Amino acid sequence: MSATAALAPAGRWRSRSALPGFGLSLGFTIFYLSAIVLVPLAALAIRPWTLGWSGFVAEVTAPRVLAALKLSFGGAAIAATINTVFGLIVAWVLVRYRFPGKRLLDALVDLPFALPTAVAGIALSTLYAPTGWLGAPLAHLGLKVAYTPLGVIVALTFIGLPFVVRTLQPVLADMGTDAEEAAATLGASRLQTFRRVVLPALAPALTTGAALSFARAVGEYGSVIFIAGNLPMVSEIAPLLIVIKLEEFDYAGAASIGLVMLGISFLMLLALNLLQTWTRR
Amino acid sequence: MAALLPARRARGPIEDGPVTRAAFILIAVGFIVLFLLLPLITVFAQALSQGVNAALAAFDDPDARSAIRLTFLVAAIAVPLNVVFGVAAAWAVAKFDFPGKSMLVTLIDLPFSVSPVIAGLVYVLIFGLQGWLGPLLRDYNIKIIFALPGLVLATIFVTFPFVARELIPLMTDQGRDEEEAAVSLGASGWSTFRRVTLPNIKWGLLYGVLLCNARAMGEFGAVSVVSGHIRGLTNTMPLHVEVLYNDYQYVGAFAIASLLALLALVTLVVKSFLEWRYADEIAAVHRH
Repeated sequence: MSATAALAPAGRWRSRSALPGFGLSLGFTIFYLSAIVLVPLAALAIRPWTLGWSGFVAEVTAPRVLAALKLSFGGAAIAATINTVFGLIVAWVLVRYRFPGKRLLDALVDLPFALPTAVAGIALSTLYAPTGWLGAPLAHLGLKVAYTPLGVIVALTFIGLPFVVRTLQPVLADMGTDAEEAAATLGASRLQTFRRVVLPALAPALTTGAALSFARAVGEYGSVIFIAGNLPMVSEIAPLLIVIKLEEFDYAGAASIGLVMLGISFLMLLALNLLQTWTRR
Repeated sequence: MAALLPARRARGPIEDGPVTRAAFILIAVGFIVLFLLLPLITVFAQALSQGVNAALAAFDDPDARSAIRLTFLVAAIAVPLNVVFGVAAAWAVAKFDFPGKSMLVTLIDLPFSVSPVIAGLVYVLIFGLQGWLGPLLRDYNIKIIFALPGLVLATIFVTFPFVARELIPLMTDQGRDEEEAAVSLGASGWSTFRRVTLPNIKWGLLYGVLLCNARAMGEFGAVSVVSGHIRGLTNTMPLHVEVLYNDYQYVGAFAIASLLALLALVTLVVKSFLEWRYADEIAAVHRH
């Protein structure tokens, strides 16, 4: 049969599938993946070493770089924490309750996925500026948000919320209420049931959602740079520092910061995975 | 998901009290209004702050028009390429078994965990003036960075997984029985794909294309790095918004931003519709 003949070149990698196109589809997939993602990322991994080890270390431990990394990772951690708390409440409300406008609320959760980050950036900046709708009343309370690290956290919270909600929603819906009913029948209070039954069952999804929201926030650029004010050492995020280095044609410096960002993110995700397999055991 | 709820309604002992319910709904609605809805309203309110005509005037600017054209052009190149890739990847992963499959799937998702700025940076490191191929490209007078090819590459990178990650779980679930039947009855590979596979995945594919396109048109960080911000030439819509905003032309900036926000709203409406109408035919559980 012609279909079998077409499969022949795939040799021992061929599956028992009688379908054609294995070599072509996998070949194109690997080529495209390599050309677009893997080779360019390899360039990022190699470039910093043109500085030598000591040059690389000096580059990424410069006070301005350290401050930027601290803000990006610290801000992302705070935003992910805020999103985990409020994301849980939003997901809970969307799955468990019925109320008018729920569909609209559900659709709105995806807004940060759909709204271009630059649009979110200028909107947040205007909203929280000292003359803005939210900035003015907050300024009355003595709270300055725009052009401070607080503004960075607001922007990172904005973009991270859907990750937590969308990770929790299916898990919460699938979980059902049997275990909770059992706990309640055995005399547990609602709070006890939540703390001892619901929360442990949701823990993996909560961690995943928080990690996704964190990972997105660490690298976020567009929604942050307008509201941040970008003061070196104070409200300058790491991705912006990469852009600044590139504008000065300091490729190796830019690549060094990029590599450290990717490295830390990778290690954190790895630690999280290990933690999850460890707790599941 | 909402359609499932009535059957799942909690009973007696685990029903949250009315006070708890009201408090949680209030917190959830308040948080979403404050953090998500208010910024959206701000965009339109600022655009219209000096009347409709002032907002519309922003679109008469030749630079704005060229930015809009460029945005559509970049998406029109990047999205189809990612569709071809997504279909090919899903075909290989879902219809065949081979070693390293889960590794491949993980790598396909990789661009989602890379900062957009880094997505732009990697191409500068290769094609930039001081990049690997920089001198060579200069000798042959080929421009990639600060030109259309760079914008397209950066856009492809950030939208890379959208179609593939939608189709892979969907086509894996569907298995290969129908295609095998078609092939054993003598259909060619291409007509099997077109007449059997494509009808099965069309809504999932559309869903992936929708998300891919929204991101492609709205991308800022990655294209900002490779664009060079040449007005009327390499500025996409989001970059033009930045230029206007930094020029204190707030009405113009928010007018262009409104167009992008409208695009986002249309995307959300179509997305919700697809999730509601074709829930079984898209792998919405995996959505991001």
